[in-house]
Amino acid sequence: MTATPSQTIGRPNGPKPSLKGKSSRGIILADRAATVVLWGTGVLVLTILGAIIVHFALAAWGVVTLNFVVSDPSETALGGVMPILWNSIYMLALTMLIAVPVGILGGIYMSEYAGENRLTNAIRFAEEAISSVPSIVVGLFGLILFVDDLHLGFTALGGALALTFFNLPLMTRLSEQALRAVPQDERSASLALGATKWQTIRHVVVPLAIPGLITGVILTAGRVFGEAAVLLFTSGIGTPPHYDFTNLDLTNPASPWSPFRPATTLSVYIWKLNSEGLGVFKNQIVDGSAAILISMVLIFNLGARFIGRVLSRRLTAA
Amino acid sequence: MSTGDEMPTTATYTEPVLRRIDVTAPLVADGSAAGSDQIKIATEHVSIKYGEKVAVKDVTLTVQARSILALIGPSGSGKSTFLRCFNRMNDLIPGAKVQGQVCLDGENVTDQDVSVVELRRRVGMVFQRPNPFPMSIYENVAYGPRRRGMNGRRQLDELVETSLKRAALWDEVKDDLRRKSGLALSGGQQQRLCIARVLATEPEVILMDEPASALDPVSTLRIEELMRELREAYTIVIVTHNMQQAARVSDVTAFFTMADDRAGYLVEVGPTGRIFTRPTERLTEDYISGRFG
Repeated sequence: MTATPSQTIGRPNGPKPSLKGKSSRGIILADRAATVVLWGTGVLVLTILGAIIVHFALAAWGVVTLNFVVSDPSETALGGVMPILWNSIYMLALTMLIAVPVGILGGIYMSEYAGENRLTNAIRFAEEAISSVPSIVVGLFGLILFVDDLHLGFTALGGALALTFFNLPLMTRLSEQALRAVPQDERSASLALGATKWQTIRHVVVPLAIPGLITGVILTAGRVFGEAAVLLFTSGIGTPPHYDFTNLDLTNPASPWSPFRPATTLSVYIWKLNSEGLGVFKNQIVDGSAAILISMVLIFNLGARFIGRVLSRRLTAA
Repeated sequence: MSTGDEMPTTATYTEPVLRRIDVTAPLVADGSAAGSDQIKIATEHVSIKYGEKVAVKDVTLTVQARSILALIGPSGSGKSTFLRCFNRMNDLIPGAKVQGQVCLDGENVTDQDVSVVELRRRVGMVFQRPNPFPMSIYENVAYGPRRRGMNGRRQLDELVETSLKRAALWDEVKDDLRRKSGLALSGGQQQRLCIARVLATEPEVILMDEPASALDPVSTLRIEELMRELREAYTIVIVTHNMQQAARVSDVTAFFTMADDRAGYLVEVGPTGRIFTRPTERLTEDYISGRFG
């Protein structure tokens, strides 16, 4: 080749732009703008969370005492939220007991077995459709199915099943994504060592997907804590009576452990008091309940992350 | 350019480059008393298709027990695809279809009623990118044995130790087997861990798909050295882009290339020394002398 230098690949010879020139000003400006906007978004998210926490911490100051947490609504002048707090925890446990295993199994099916075909497209479409149905409609459906047709009446079980309908698509989708994110290399390595498909899923794919699965659990749980509309029509509205925790008869509606009883949760209670409440301390009780609800969500989320870390360490090391 | 002067051959391979192998670890894999002239793997008219595309066309060759076969050739010539039909890893690719026979000790492994789980225990595989599980070193090695139901602590301890010794990794990791993650090791160590992990399943054949292509030169030499040691007890098939590597480690070399329809096929196979000095095919000569275009 007899190419002159000016024809070679690369920067042509000739006057070079100064390193301090203004030629790349626009690009640098865009870069800085992106940095500022993205930081700003992050700060905004944190500020919103902080503002909510601070607002309710201040509003609930003086209301939320140990007495408020552990007594019944009828016990003191201000009232307490113990039975309602119990119901929230109970509904969460009951719903997660159904939704998490089924959601994860569904995610495993979608990610490891189903492949790409009409059936899986239909399933994905259904997942999105159900997730975007307004929750009040899911509540009505629960009312018709559980309360009326199955003659359950207003029960915690009916509420938990309606919440499962509502949450299963989200849990399944998030599980599928978490499982798909596990690199194919890990699966190949396991299969090449003579492990079966199920062993590979059980011992490699699921343990590696735990952080993503925990995210699914947290988002699902958040919707259980916060959901009022679905529960209004299924697990009932009302101020729960005094609970006798020594009553362990699960079939007895008077037992707080029984799924066959109405169970008003904090969200429903807040909605009810705020729209229909008449008492002198109505606003204090609402603020106190909201503060407790937020604390529960935070405690649950941090707890779930912690358990997830321990679990993934245990599963990948043993 | 005279290829004979440039390329080291097996004949010139005398002194190990690195002497870190634990020679006290017993190297007994397949118990059979056969000599090196026993045929371990025989393929007959193997063609592999991905859907309509033919990736490998009509390959017939044999691999002697306790020898190293190197598959060389340009990218896209079907070497890796061919390698993966020995342990049925092509089953994992939707639309992949293997025709012809692949016999392991005379038994056709492509038969539908063959247990792939059993096959993959007998035919282990080391991948291009070191891929230890994000578990402790110990659990990485114990993974295969555990999956076939070995649970005894003593038994596992022993197997993990022997496997790591055979893979020349024991001395470097013995102090924090259970605490250190497999991913905390260097690239070369990770690849030797992957080899140890395969050895723990007590295979007869080890497939290596460009096992050193992601490693630095020192780690590469160490892997090559290890392969020469393992050859005493195992049958090894390696895919490599590195012709010097093929020349250094293998006993037999098979040269693949692409036909005009882009299907990979076998050009010639023979003792490594001869392939690199006196290839019978013009295509082979062009490739090994760097004139492939």
